[in-house]
Amino acid sequence: MDERPISRILIWLASASFLFLLAPVLIVIPLSFSGDVFMSFPPSSWSLRWYASIGQHPKMIDAFFFSLKLAGAVTVVNLLIAVPAAYALVRLAPPGAATLMSVLTAPLLLPTIVLALAMLIVAARAGLLATPQGLFLAHLVVTLPYALRIISTALATVPIAVEEAAATLGATPLTVFRRVTLPLIIPGLVAAGALSFLVSFDEVVLSLFMSGPRLSTLPVEMYHHVESRADPLVAAISVLLVLFTLFIVIVVDRSLGLARTFVK
Amino acid sequence: MSAAATAQGPAQSPRGTTFTAATLLVPILLINAIGFMLPVANLAVISVSEIRSSGAMTGGWSIAKWTTVATDPFYWELLANTVRTSLIVTILTLIVSYPIALCLHRMNGAWKSILLVLVISPLLLSSVVRTYGWIAILSDRGLVNSALAALGAQEPFRLMFNLTGVMIGLTEILMPYMILALLAGFGRLDPRVEEAAATLGAPPYRVFWRVVLPLSLPGVALGSLLTFVLAISSFITPKLLGGGRVFLLATEVYDQAIVTLDWPLAATLSIIVLVVFGLALAVYTRILRQIG
Repeated sequence: MDERPISRILIWLASASFLFLLAPVLIVIPLSFSGDVFMSFPPSSWSLRWYASIGQHPKMIDAFFFSLKLAGAVTVVNLLIAVPAAYALVRLAPPGAATLMSVLTAPLLLPTIVLALAMLIVAARAGLLATPQGLFLAHLVVTLPYALRIISTALATVPIAVEEAAATLGATPLTVFRRVTLPLIIPGLVAAGALSFLVSFDEVVLSLFMSGPRLSTLPVEMYHHVESRADPLVAAISVLLVLFTLFIVIVVDRSLGLARTFVK
Repeated sequence: MSAAATAQGPAQSPRGTTFTAATLLVPILLINAIGFMLPVANLAVISVSEIRSSGAMTGGWSIAKWTTVATDPFYWELLANTVRTSLIVTILTLIVSYPIALCLHRMNGAWKSILLVLVISPLLLSSVVRTYGWIAILSDRGLVNSALAALGAQEPFRLMFNLTGVMIGLTEILMPYMILALLAGFGRLDPRVEEAAATLGAPPYRVFWRVVLPLSLPGVALGSLLTFVLAISSFITPKLLGGGRVFLLATEVYDQAIVTLDWPLAATLSIIVLVVFGLALAVYTRILRQIG
């Protein structure tokens, strides 16, 4: 053990900061069991009425199912596009691969509000506003860089010798990829898929610009609800979303360790 | 994928490889061009396009929006307000994130993983949910004001629908980014160096001030850049916690684009966001050279 003991002051400071970080998520849980008509904390009575009332908001339910379908489609298409692209950049290493990589991950650097406005203007001209196609394209643009980066990292860690051995034994490149490379990068694919799904499912800025009264996603509906009224409905939905996110996080963590996905 | 099957292999020509790579990259390049390059280039064009009072584009050019923005004191104040707010948020975020990052850096094993997941997990929740949580804490009938009322306060404190609320909310929303950036920059922090300073008789605060803090400056700079940039462009939290009473560049971009439908003005303002972004990056590079 060459670690210095962590001083008590530091532990206190860190604990207080942790409480601050988690406070808004933690407070939503008791609030969702409020029996009040308006939002107040602590609630004056307790009930499950806000969970029950989710059923009376068809717009929220429609938006949830649309978000689910959108995120699912985005994730699948994302992987279908990102895996060949990552393979091309990492394994085939064409001239200018590094430059291409930065061009392709550039959407992550651009402030979302700028990207959202840029997309809104083009989508309005193309008649793609408040359409599934428009939202699909927008989400694809922001999730592809994550997937590309994670899958490229995963590919780079697969030893080339294994692939070469298979090729020497007569396997075609496609077989090598399918039988050797692909199984080895499964953890990366899971991480890329889960992150794409969650980024798409939680995305609110782009969706807010690209959606309309006819079609919107769950975060957008929640935003509009919070903007116009203060009641515990969104708390109930949030708790369900936290459980949903937790489920995905646990699945990913079980298969490869969430921390490793983010911190190298 | 069939292209890969025919062209890729150990004994193939480099030109074949390049061709295969290009084929595999076509879909992602198309998406990037249509969904990213084209819209962003168009944005620059729109900001100098002429529009009628109805909002329709005439097809002509005009620098009217740029002159409006440059001459109307409202926009200068908007810019100053945005930069000031983002700077304060960055400093607050740094102060509350540093202890967590330092703690995590010194920890080992299972606890470290658990706490790291706790730091990352808010990122996986929509900012609408987290901002909503802050409304429950900060509103007139929220947690803080209920507690103060129980202690005998007569009037609720206005913690929301003003800049205070926006800054509290943004600080928390941006904490995970800061913590991850600090952790990435703490690599140079060797516990043995601290130990050496302590052994030589430096009291703990001095070890922190003279050893730990200077060595962690690259992480501090990176985290501050990231937080500042995210703060100038965020608008969900300012919108909801500001209640339409806090005016920042990003909220104005949204209002002009969605409510007023003045796209050239929205485009002009968003290019100003990009300019601030570029300046922040330049300052960061400069600071990094000085530390480094």
